[in-house]
Amino acid sequence: MDFEDTAEEGVFRALARAFLKENAPPPPEAGAAIVSTDLETARAWQRAKADAGFAGILLPAEAGGRGGTVMEQIIFDQEERAVGAPSDVHFMIGLGICAPTILQFATPEQIARHVPPLIRGDEIWCQLFSEPSSGSDLAAARTRARREGDGWVIKGQKIWTSGAQHSDFGLLLARTDGSVPKHMGLTVFILDMKSPGVEVRPIKQISGASHFNEVFLDEVHIPDARRIGKVGQGWKIALGMLMNERLTVGRVFSPDVGPLIRVAAQTEINGAPAIDNAMVRERLARWYSEQQGIRHTVSRVMTALSKGRDPGPETSIIKIIDAAREYEMAGFALDLLGPAALDRAGGADAAPALIGAFLEAPGTRIGGGTEEILLNVIAERVLGLPGDIRVDKDIPFDAAAAR
Amino acid sequence: MNFEFSDEMIMLGEQAERLFAARDARKTARAVLDGATHRYDAALWREMASLGWMGVAIPEAYGGAGLGAQALCIIAEQIGRSLAAIPYATTLYLAAEAILLAGTEDQKQALLPAIAAGERIMSFVDATTGARPGQVGRDGTIHADALLAPEGEIAGSLVLAALDADGEIGLFLVDLSQAGVKRAPITTIDPTRNHGLLTLSHVAAERLGSGAITRATLDRLIANAMIPLAFEQVGGATACLTMARDYALERHAFGRPIGSFQAIKHKLARMFVANELARSNAYYGAWALSTNAPDLAEAAAIARLTAIDAYHFAARECLEVFGGLGFTWEADCHLYIRRAKLLASAFGGTVKWSETLMAQIEPRYR
Repeated sequence: MDFEDTAEEGVFRALARAFLKENAPPPPEAGAAIVSTDLETARAWQRAKADAGFAGILLPAEAGGRGGTVMEQIIFDQEERAVGAPSDVHFMIGLGICAPTILQFATPEQIARHVPPLIRGDEIWCQLFSEPSSGSDLAAARTRARREGDGWVIKGQKIWTSGAQHSDFGLLLARTDGSVPKHMGLTVFILDMKSPGVEVRPIKQISGASHFNEVFLDEVHIPDARRIGKVGQGWKIALGMLMNERLTVGRVFSPDVGPLIRVAAQTEINGAPAIDNAMVRERLARWYSEQQGIRHTVSRVMTALSKGRDPGPETSIIKIIDAAREYEMAGFALDLLGPAALDRAGGADAAPALIGAFLEAPGTRIGGGTEEILLNVIAERVLGLPGDIRVDKDIPFDAAAAR
Repeated sequence: MNFEFSDEMIMLGEQAERLFAARDARKTARAVLDGATHRYDAALWREMASLGWMGVAIPEAYGGAGLGAQALCIIAEQIGRSLAAIPYATTLYLAAEAILLAGTEDQKQALLPAIAAGERIMSFVDATTGARPGQVGRDGTIHADALLAPEGEIAGSLVLAALDADGEIGLFLVDLSQAGVKRAPITTIDPTRNHGLLTLSHVAAERLGSGAITRATLDRLIANAMIPLAFEQVGGATACLTMARDYALERHAFGRPIGSFQAIKHKLARMFVANELARSNAYYGAWALSTNAPDLAEAAAIARLTAIDAYHFAARECLEVFGGLGFTWEADCHLYIRRAKLLASAFGGTVKWSETLMAQIEPRYR
């Protein structure tokens, strides 16, 4: 066991540091409102990284990536965060979910056309999976693709599509055959988001923000050359994407106890500092222990990845724990602040961010696999417990949908 | 980064797992609980000694193998998993470490080889706190009533943290074969970990080393022991999950294995989540202990907290999965409930260790 870089890792870290020192834009001023990085700044930074071989580190060099190792990606992420470089939030779905899928299942022509501009940030990608009537039960997608001439015509609706409003392309899961059971009749396509018949409508969340969209697809034409994999192979492709998604989601955040300790130090309970209250201290200690447990679990996952092993569904524990912590910690901080927390504008300095986190957290618990689905995944794939009884599994989709 | 045990350590763990399974350590633990076997699993203890497992963390100069703290943790996990009724924890995580920390060269030479050979079972008591702390007089003797001592009925010697004649903290060695030592049995929640009440009537107490130690040093000695102890807890919690999983596959209700119901699946999955979190923190503790990392005290408290929580949760939910059967004396579920509670209570539970942790991290964040 050690936490030191190997010789090669040390060389790469030095390369990354030198590049970042020379090229990274200055971080936002301390105390500035937390806003998502604007697209043009993020794009310029993505291009700079791509030119230097630091974008798409895990993606093959011939497709515009680096062809590097997991540890190189992790090291670059660490160093990039340390200098406060612009967030890659706009490109994460493309880089983390879409590109690996395209590389695995697409034709050489499709790869050559789509992956290099994806890595450079010239084209932004989204994934069009969930629908109003199929979220956890993704294989029940109703969006139809019907064959017409040299292509397909899409009709249906997607929902919870992150970043659809900025996207140039999306990977679309659609039903090409309703006469077979649901898992067998799906196909994945590359959808040009600027095609006629595509309408994107942002969804306003309980926090007031709009990260997600509804995407309406009304007789949208997709050439057959933009189909990924075989007709009917969609479910297999989608499953691979979901695993990538859970890894990406697991990477995004782990709420820090630090600000909560500061809130407790600055507030009082019946005239005594909250930080001296035994119940407050026990809660803080528990959350901190979980935070470190997540950190060390990530180290275990990284070790497995760096040794070429698949860390598997075990990584689900990261999201299960963090989503609960985010909600509970923000809620607890608001309780500590008391009435000062209620005034979003004129109250405690910490209140707006805490209210924001409190209202965002329920989405984290649902997005990228609900807590319940993740528990099922652990139960079935890690612990070997029987799958649920799925009454529609062997019935043609159209017959099941009609019931 | 390489946050995994070495192949050598993993093989040691597998070897321990096989031995404890082959000797059915849990069965002997139950026999101890039932009063059918006397106090501890002496045969298993001897066999472990012959394999050199008492001495894994004792330096080679004192008859050990010098494999370090990680090896101790690896064996601890399998002890916890198998519920082995042996005096490993007190003898090695505390008493042997106290001797290594404070003892003179002569004391180390006299004591550690016997411990490494499995010939000497040790007790450890911290008598420095409470209304009447233990105090060793200027004549080098101590008088103390009713010291609650782990391995108190079976230990040959006691490492006692007590006040010296000047009121400073010292570590003292008390030979429990002296006249003036009286032992009384005591039934704790988990008799598979021996405890006894010791009455010391002006018996000789030999100071380990030549002078007093600080409260911080004593705290550190105890905190360090919480890391291998966390491995025992993680091992126990893992055993609970395995046992409950196996039962959920075998037991049918409403025409299906109960493990096909989401209520049961989610219960087991949540046990897995808690166990893995505790395991990650225990692993980090093992690394911190073996490298004497700057954040060792913090790592110990964190390993302790999550291990206590995971074991309590797993033991309780395991019993629940077994239903009424789990509540019977015959089923093994209560052995884990007992052990989980004993290990949690032994050195203070989550409230104490939360406070210990907060004292470490609060100044850094304020």
